[in-house]
Amino acid sequence: MTTTELWCDRCGDPAPAGTAHPGCASARELEPPRYCHRCRRRMKVQVLPVGWSAVCVEHGEIRG
Amino acid sequence: MPEILDQARTQVLGDGVGLDEAGVLAVLNLPDEHLPAALQLAHDVRMRWCGPEVEVEGIVSLKTGGCPEDCHFCSQSGLFTSPVRSVWLDIPSLVEAAKQTAKTGATEFCIVAAVRGPDARLMKQMREGVAAIKAEVDIQVAASLGMLSQEQVDDLVDMGVHRYNHNLETCRSYFPNVVTTHSWEERWETLRMVRDSGMEVCCGGILGLGETVEQRAEFAAQLAELNPHEVPLNFLNPRPGTPLGDRPVVEGKDALRAIAAFRLAMPRTILRYAGGREITLGDLGTRDGLLGGINAVIVGNYLTTLGRPATADLDLLDELKMPVKALSATL
Ligand code: SF4
Ligand SMILES: [Zn+2]
Ligand SMILES: [Zn+2]
Repeated sequence: MTTTELWCDRCGDPAPAGTAHPGCASARELEPPRYCHRCRRRMKVQVLPVGWSAVCVEHGEIRG
Repeated sequence: MPEILDQARTQVLGDGVGLDEAGVLAVLNLPDEHLPAALQLAHDVRMRWCGPEVEVEGIVSLKTGGCPEDCHFCSQSGLFTSPVRSVWLDIPSLVEAAKQTAKTGATEFCIVAAVRGPDARLMKQMREGVAAIKAEVDIQVAASLGMLSQEQVDDLVDMGVHRYNHNLETCRSYFPNVVTTHSWEERWETLRMVRDSGMEVCCGGILGLGETVEQRAEFAAQLAELNPHEVPLNFLNPRPGTPLGDRPVVEGKDALRAIAAFRLAMPRTILRYAGGREITLGDLGTRDGLLGGINAVIVGNYLTTLGRPATADLDLLDELKMPVKALSATL
């Protein structure tokens, strides 16, 4: 986690730098992110058979 | 040995005749101590009437989210506060997804769209997408696009879609508790047209929506009446923001009982592990199900959630000495 991390990428609630919601963190093992962790916007997420991509209009694309 | 398992041994294993609703209910109500025997019998039935092969499939979402329907389990409905946003997959990415799927040894690639039924734009995308896949990838193409008109059924046949998925989701008596924007009968009508078209019918549902054990048995009997080529069995993965988002997940033993019971209701169907098995059953349960009536898996990711890596499933099949069904055997 970096110091710019402000929002939980699963539930969209505040997640100040260095913290994570335990339930969300474990759920994320079987889910892609849904919220941009920098601005809380809902991202456009495409799940593929292998991997996923998530796009924030402001902060661009991440892949996993 | 409980009487129902003796009966099933003669009737299902011996004669290939599935259990009726009362029989399924008896299996669903078996106490824990008889679960291993039920799973073993379901496995024997699968080996006798289907064989050792396991059909491997990958799925991809062509159009995600923003669906006008209100299926209470679904994160892709546009009527709930689910964080899933609407997005379309482009054709090069669709072909790439089919290639990734084929690389795992899968013979089935199912293209799914979150819609009530396809519109002209989606049918056009399908026509181009299926043609592009067929030109480049050795895999059979299936589709799941909601409710169809007869013309759309004919179009899909013409495109070379060989199997159509349309889940009844749950039994007829419980369906109105889960979906209010369309009826179980409307789904049945699409299934009837698909069956009459010659496409293979893939129809299953989700357990853990709040249905009773009796309704689970009802569902198995209704599926058996439809007699689909394939039955995908999902276990509810409660999605944030949906009306069923706070429901508990199905208990592992109940999930295994259901697997055995559904196999004993439908000895010859392809019974596929679909979504939710990771959270309901974990690694150990995945193995138990494959030794308890399951003979097909979805590998890799699902539509909006992730699965375990395909290699984990393929390694397990290898260990269980269950060969992956080959393309030549299915054509
Ligand atoms: S029709 Fe399909 S995509 Fe739409 S809400 Fe129901 S299950 Fe979800
Ligand atoms: Zn969170
Ligand atoms: Zn952002």
